[in-house]
Amino acid sequence: MKTLFDRVFGGKHGLTSLAVLALILLAILPLSLDIFRLNLVGKYLTYAFVGVGLVLLWGKAGVLSLGQGVFFGLGGYCMAMFLKLEASDPISTKIQSTPGIPDFMDWNQLKALPAFWEPFHSFPFASAAVLVVPALLAFVIGLAMFKRRVGGVYFAVITQAVALIVSLAIDGNQGYTGGRNGITDLRTLLGHDIRSQQAQYVLYFTTCVLLIGVILLLQWMLSGKMGKILLAMRDREDRVRFSGYDVSAYKVFIFSLAAALSGIGGALFVLQVGFISPSLVGIVPSIEMVIFTAVGGKLSLYGAVYGALLVNTGKSLFSENFPQLWLFMMGGLFIAVVVLFPNGVAGIWQNLTDKTSRWFAARRKAPATAPAVEVNVPVSLETETSKTP
Amino acid sequence: MSSKKEFILYIEDLTVSFDGFKAVDGLNLYVEKDELRVIIGPNGAGKTTVLDLICGKTQPTSGSVLFKDKELIGLSEHEIVREGVGRKFQTPSIYENLTVYENLEVSYPSGRGVLGCLAFKRSPEVVARIREVAKEIYLDHLLDAEGAILSHGQKQWLEIGMLLMQEPQLIMLDEPVAGMSPAEREQTAALLNRISKGRAIIIIEHDMEFVSRIAHRVTVLHLGKILAEGSMEQVQHNPKVIEVYLGH
Repeated sequence: MKTLFDRVFGGKHGLTSLAVLALILLAILPLSLDIFRLNLVGKYLTYAFVGVGLVLLWGKAGVLSLGQGVFFGLGGYCMAMFLKLEASDPISTKIQSTPGIPDFMDWNQLKALPAFWEPFHSFPFASAAVLVVPALLAFVIGLAMFKRRVGGVYFAVITQAVALIVSLAIDGNQGYTGGRNGITDLRTLLGHDIRSQQAQYVLYFTTCVLLIGVILLLQWMLSGKMGKILLAMRDREDRVRFSGYDVSAYKVFIFSLAAALSGIGGALFVLQVGFISPSLVGIVPSIEMVIFTAVGGKLSLYGAVYGALLVNTGKSLFSENFPQLWLFMMGGLFIAVVVLFPNGVAGIWQNLTDKTSRWFAARRKAPATAPAVEVNVPVSLETETSKTP
Repeated sequence: MSSKKEFILYIEDLTVSFDGFKAVDGLNLYVEKDELRVIIGPNGAGKTTVLDLICGKTQPTSGSVLFKDKELIGLSEHEIVREGVGRKFQTPSIYENLTVYENLEVSYPSGRGVLGCLAFKRSPEVVARIREVAKEIYLDHLLDAEGAILSHGQKQWLEIGMLLMQEPQLIMLDEPVAGMSPAEREQTAALLNRISKGRAIIIIEHDMEFVSRIAHRVTVLHLGKILAEGSMEQVQHNPKVIEVYLGH
């Protein structure tokens, strides 16, 4: 039985991956980038929460969702609603015809705060909602789909439809949601200015620590029985059912968990970027998030982080220089990864480390134990074949 | 049929029709505890469909399946498994990417719910049970081997072992010795005789020599109906059976 330490950190390999990521995120990037660039990295890392969720959902459970932007967006909106209410105190909104409500409501002739906004005055409620609202929506969708054994392409198409519906619903209800402009002009969190440099550093490091915490939690989960069941489900779903497992319950759980993680990402996005809009909820961002995950490697939690960083860095570099070409490049990148490197950057890395460690092992062992190996190999082959007639 | 015996499975008037074609037609089948029942019949007789109906993979058009006095029709697959019914498929259906040990471990009947799964610990009872079953199915020397590298016959055994982990009262096996060497068939016959104690087993099999070695009773299916039922001896000398099945 593995110890708790091994399960959380994933043994020696896991510790190395963790150390490398922590070194890059907590030391190299903060020391080498100015706060503007670091804030961008922080923004990319919020997408990594979605990516890590997609590794779980797509890579481990074999369910591709093309609507994870919805959950990212919902988490973001829950946080933005709290921040907007804090920014809309009666004094700073005294020029409005109804002071004390968010500015966009006033522009839309609303006279009072809608009831569903009320609880978002409370920070604990809003923080819980960041997790619960996306998870609840995923739970309902998952229950409806997975109980009926909808999967594969059909599920992906339905999640696309959900992404479209949710983004249109937010877009179309300007008085309640801020409409196409989204919720903007967010200033403080519990009295602290979130736009100051110091706040941006704090938020960046908070994002890093939470992301690493999420990865460790998922490593713990996947190294136990849950990981085996998910692997078994991808292998032979029917057999799992006939071993007495309710396969749909597992898929609903994973889908909801991935949604809650995306929600955390969305909330951290809002805190660092200072706004949220329906353009972050719809089909395009949802698909982009799948691309980050594919590039990073859909089976690797750490890969998802690198995928989000690489693709978005590429995006900001290229879109500054060739704005028209970027979407084509993104599409081309996705096709290239799927066709050539199905396990993405993490797969390439794994291959390289396997090869080099084998090369080192061969070099180290070759002179000393060569004769023993020569004797051993045929014997073990013989016993193997005699065991398996 | 005598009513004094303890029946574990009552199937009555079971019918399923696919677009008007009755794959199973008004079937009545009663299986006792400790019994090893073999179902034989030509291709398309509805043998596999009967197993699919019992284990919930297919829903019948009408009829009833009572297992330990509980109606199974309408329950979903995993609920039927939890009632104590285990099913092995025709092609060995194991988890190729897990080791023999892990294959058996995920079949252990605890931690089946999502939360139970998260809290699952490899307790000494689990380990002991896995070792016991692995020994039973002749795979105790291969516990750390990945499922994918097992021979065809070993995969068949492993799947039987996965059923045994669930401690079912009814085991259903679809052609368990298909693709096995004569030595492996021998071992499988011994295994099946051992595990039929305390439970009922239903087996679909084509190999008549093997059937005569293991069967307590034989049911012959033809066109979704029972053609004959009885001991191997009786069935083998039944003119109708010889005509539609054995004669060919």
